[in-house]
Amino acid sequence: MNHATQATALFNYAVGLADDALTLGHRLSEWCSKGPFLEEDLALTNVALDFIGRARMLYTYAAAIENKGRNEDDIAYHRDCREYTNLLINELPVGDFADTMARQLLVDAFDVEFFTALTGSADETLAAIAAKTLKECRYHLRRSQDWVIRLGDGTAQSHERMQRGFDRVWGYSHELFAMNAAERGLADAGIAVDRAGLRSTWDQSVDAVLAEATLTRPAGDWSVQGGRDGIHTEHLGYLLAELQFVQRAYPGLQW
Amino acid sequence: MTRRRAARGNPDVEPLWEILEQVTDPEIPVLSLSDLGILQNVERQGDGVVVTITTTYSGCPAMDVIGDDIRQVLHQAGYANVTVKQRLFPAWTTDWISAAGRRKLREYGIAPPAEASSSKSALLGAQPIVPCPLCASTRTEKVSEFGSTACKALYRCQDCREPFDYFKCI
Repeated sequence: MNHATQATALFNYAVGLADDALTLGHRLSEWCSKGPFLEEDLALTNVALDFIGRARMLYTYAAAIENKGRNEDDIAYHRDCREYTNLLINELPVGDFADTMARQLLVDAFDVEFFTALTGSADETLAAIAAKTLKECRYHLRRSQDWVIRLGDGTAQSHERMQRGFDRVWGYSHELFAMNAAERGLADAGIAVDRAGLRSTWDQSVDAVLAEATLTRPAGDWSVQGGRDGIHTEHLGYLLAELQFVQRAYPGLQW
Repeated sequence: MTRRRAARGNPDVEPLWEILEQVTDPEIPVLSLSDLGILQNVERQGDGVVVTITTTYSGCPAMDVIGDDIRQVLHQAGYANVTVKQRLFPAWTTDWISAAGRRKLREYGIAPPAEASSSKSALLGAQPIVPCPLCASTRTEKVSEFGSTACKALYRCQDCREPFDYFKCI
C-alpha cells in the first residue's frame, strides 16, 4: 500500500468507526426521558454520551488525517446516508428495552474484544483512543450482561421478549466480522484489527451469557450487510434527518 | 505524576499552576483540576500559554466547560493567548485523583473510588466495599451502575438510609 492509499484507507477506517459510535450513541440518546425508570434513563443516556464522545475523538482524528480544513462537525453533520459507513447493527431503531439490550450485548461484547486488539495498533492515535474507549466498553458490557441475564432468566414475558430481541438483531451481527480489502490492508500493516479473528472469542462470550440467561442462540440463517459500502436500512435516513437538522438548516451554527 | 510535579517546580509556570487552582469541575465544584488529576502540563510558548488536560470520560460534557474556564481565569490574570490541548494517552484513571481530592469528595457527600483501577477483583464479579460518605457504614448497596454523571454510580446506605453517589473506578 503506498502512502496516499494508506492515508485514504486510514481516514475511511476512522470515519467508519466514528459512524458506528455516533449512530448507536444517537439511538441510545433516544431513550432520554423514556427509560423504564429514572436510574435506567440516566444509565442509557450516560452510555450514549460515551459513544458520542468516542465518535468525536475518531472524527477529530479523521479530520486531521484528511487535512482539508474540515472539523469533526463537518464530517458528522454534512454527509448523507450513502456517505455514512456505519455497520447496520448500529442504526437499527431502539425498539423496546429488550431489543435495546440485545443489540447492546452483541455490540459491547464485540467492542471489548475489538478495542483490546486496537490498543496494540501501530497507529498511536488509534491505540490511544482504544485505550480510553476500552475502559468504558468493559463497564457497558457488565451492564448489558446483567440486564440480558435478568430479563432472559426472569418472567415468562421478559424471557420471551428478550429472546425476540436477539432473534430480530442476530442477522446484523455477522457484519461485525466482515472486512473489505482496504481494512484488510490496514490490518496487514498492523494498524487495523483483524475482525474475523475476533469471532470465536465473541461467540464464546455471547454464548455464555445466553446460556446463563436461559436464552437460545438464534439460527445463523440470515445476514444483512452493506453498511461499510454506504448501503443502509431504511432507518438511517430518519436518524440523520433528526441528528443533522440544525446544522443543515443553519450551517456552522454554534451554541 | 512525577513529571507533572517536575513541571510544576519550574518557576516560569509556577504562578500559572496557582491560578489554575481556581478552576474546578463544574459538576463537582469542590474539586480543582489538579485534585482530579486531569491537569497534565502548563507551558509558556512565546507570549502564549499552553495548558494540557486529559479527559475523564470521552463524552464528558464538563470538558468543554473546563476548557472555557481555564481560558477565562488565565485571561483575567492577563494572559491573552491561551491554548487548551486535550491529551488522550495515557488514558485518565481515578488513581490520579489526589489524596486531598478524595477527602474533599467524601466531605462533599460523594464516596471516592474504593480501590485501585488495577485491582482485578471486579473481573471476578466482586463488588467493592463502598463506605457511606455520610455515616461511614460499610453496609451499602449499589442501586445503579450510573448516577447523576458518567463518572458516578448510585448507592444507598442500609444504615442511615441515605442515597449517595460513588465515584467509580476506571
